[in-house]
Amino acid sequence: MKPTADTGAKQGLSGRRAFLGLAAAGAGGLLLAPGVHLMEVAQAAAPGTAAPGANPKVRWGLLIDTTKCASGCTDCVQACNTENGLSGGTRPTDAQWIRKVELKSIKTGRSASLPVMCQHCAEPPCVDVCPTGASFKRADGIVLVDRHSCIGCRYCVMACPYQARSFVHEPLADQKPEVPRGKGCVEGCTLCVHRIDKGGAPACVEACERAGHHAMLFGDLNDPNSAIAKRVREVATMQLRADLRLDPGVRYQGLT
Amino acid sequence: MRARFGPAHYYGLLALGGALVLIGLGSAHFMEMHGHIVTGMNNQVVWGLPHVFAIFMIVAASGVLNVASIGSVFGQPIYKPRAPLSGLLCLAMLAGGLMVLMLDLGRPERLIVAATHYNPTSVFAWNVLLYSGMFAIVALYLWTMFERALNKHAKSAGLLALAWRFVLTTGTGSIFGFLVARQAYASAVLAPLFIVLSFAWGLAVFLVVQSAMYAWNAQVLDAAVQRRMARLLGVFVVAAFYLVVVYHLTNLYFERQAAFEAFILRDGGIFPLLLWGGYGLVGTALPLLLLFHPRLAGPRATQAAALLVVLGAFAWLYVFIIGGQAFPLEIFPGYIASSSFGDGAVVHYAPRWPEWLLGLGGVGLAFVLTTVGVRVLDFMPQDDFTAPKAGAKAAS
Repeated sequence: MKPTADTGAKQGLSGRRAFLGLAAAGAGGLLLAPGVHLMEVAQAAAPGTAAPGANPKVRWGLLIDTTKCASGCTDCVQACNTENGLSGGTRPTDAQWIRKVELKSIKTGRSASLPVMCQHCAEPPCVDVCPTGASFKRADGIVLVDRHSCIGCRYCVMACPYQARSFVHEPLADQKPEVPRGKGCVEGCTLCVHRIDKGGAPACVEACERAGHHAMLFGDLNDPNSAIAKRVREVATMQLRADLRLDPGVRYQGLT
Repeated sequence: MRARFGPAHYYGLLALGGALVLIGLGSAHFMEMHGHIVTGMNNQVVWGLPHVFAIFMIVAASGVLNVASIGSVFGQPIYKPRAPLSGLLCLAMLAGGLMVLMLDLGRPERLIVAATHYNPTSVFAWNVLLYSGMFAIVALYLWTMFERALNKHAKSAGLLALAWRFVLTTGTGSIFGFLVARQAYASAVLAPLFIVLSFAWGLAVFLVVQSAMYAWNAQVLDAAVQRRMARLLGVFVVAAFYLVVVYHLTNLYFERQAAFEAFILRDGGIFPLLLWGGYGLVGTALPLLLLFHPRLAGPRATQAAALLVVLGAFAWLYVFIIGGQAFPLEIFPGYIASSSFGDGAVVHYAPRWPEWLLGLGGVGLAFVLTTVGVRVLDFMPQDDFTAPKAGAKAAS
């Protein structure tokens, strides 16, 4: 009786082993094969990652004069929405690349109004945390999201101290050809990179200028002769959350 | 007497788990079709209930492996027969947690991008390596335990698995610990806190599964084994509670964190309720009472305590993950801020059904993998000194 049972058990064990071995090999093959193939596709699809036109000598920046920014004025916000094809909705799930923030000092009661957008940090936490490298900083300091490699993990949204990023919660239609967007990806202010690369300025800055507010100044912070470099040299300006030492490219005047 | 666990029971359980997995997959498909608009998440609370499920399972997966480590690395004889089950549960929970995490991505079909584009500064990217490494190492560890010829390597494999699980939980804690932006996170305490939490949560999961397996096989766990494991769970629960207290005390010491702590501990509505009631009372005080009170202690009390620890874990993670995002970012210290994008305002978040179903789908996957594993291989702990079906007297 006993030997038979033992033999049976052994046979069962070896059968199980053979089955497990086959299953493991099969599963491994199934997992690896498409990966190997797709890796080739992925490599073929991304011949060069450097964005053409980004000049490493340039550091694009914005200076916002809060003394000239009127409470309730949303010219910059509307211009951004129109330029980039955003709906302009303000539900918690709607994308807002630029927003007007109303401030009131707790101690003095002084009020201020200012736009907040991606601060285009020199040391962007969103770029640090992005697992796929979809969040990246161009050589000229513009922080962007590569919509082809963003997997929608939202870690960058968690990491951004300025709440500057939006997650696309719904399918989109009627996008602007120059501003690709997509459901399930994270996005934020591009500093209107498509305009900058053609020698233009961000839509928000132009709109503020056109309306005669002159509260936003755009230019190359690295060029000592640029209007923005001169202004930041002459007047006291600040960076938001300067304590984090992220060195944002956006500076604010008239805010302490 | 309960009937011994038969094929009908097995296929019934498999069908139940399989149905949960299918519902979870269906829910993920629904989210994929419509976008995250069908969830309760928004631009302020970007990580919702699925992350609570996923992080619980991943943290508990690393903690459940402790049972094996205590057996093969530290040579404790009563834990040794439990090492295979501990390894299996680790793999199953890790798979369940990762399923939820992956399917909650905005673009889950781009998972291959995460494998082919690697940003070395991202803690998330480190975790991709840590999770896949964990699968490989625990599989190897199980192999050394099951293959008699490789038994002599079980201790080395166990040591490697122990080291890896510490790094893995450090990595999970660091996902939050390295976030400088938010007041709830950016703390060096989080990595050790997650490690200690994993001890308690992992052992709690192990005890729940072990008691179910014994019950279904009409076996009784040896009383001495049960008492030792119950005591260990109690020690882990106290240790985890201690580090949770340290985390809040360090925050309270910094004046700039005072408003956040007031929100989490007192003013934040659901969050203080879940922290004090869910984690403090249900997840810590009651389990300790059940485990250590001389009149209550016993197998049923241990089982109940383990279940309560798991419930408390969900409450704590909900407060930590959702509460940490609901509290507004402090971009303008010294000012009251308001805007159309949630500046200065506490954000409302309520999980919706696709999130619940996706999370439960992950639990279902862990359940299916465990059930199949237990059926195919011999994961049932065999205590040499315990006679199977020894009767109820051993349990008292």
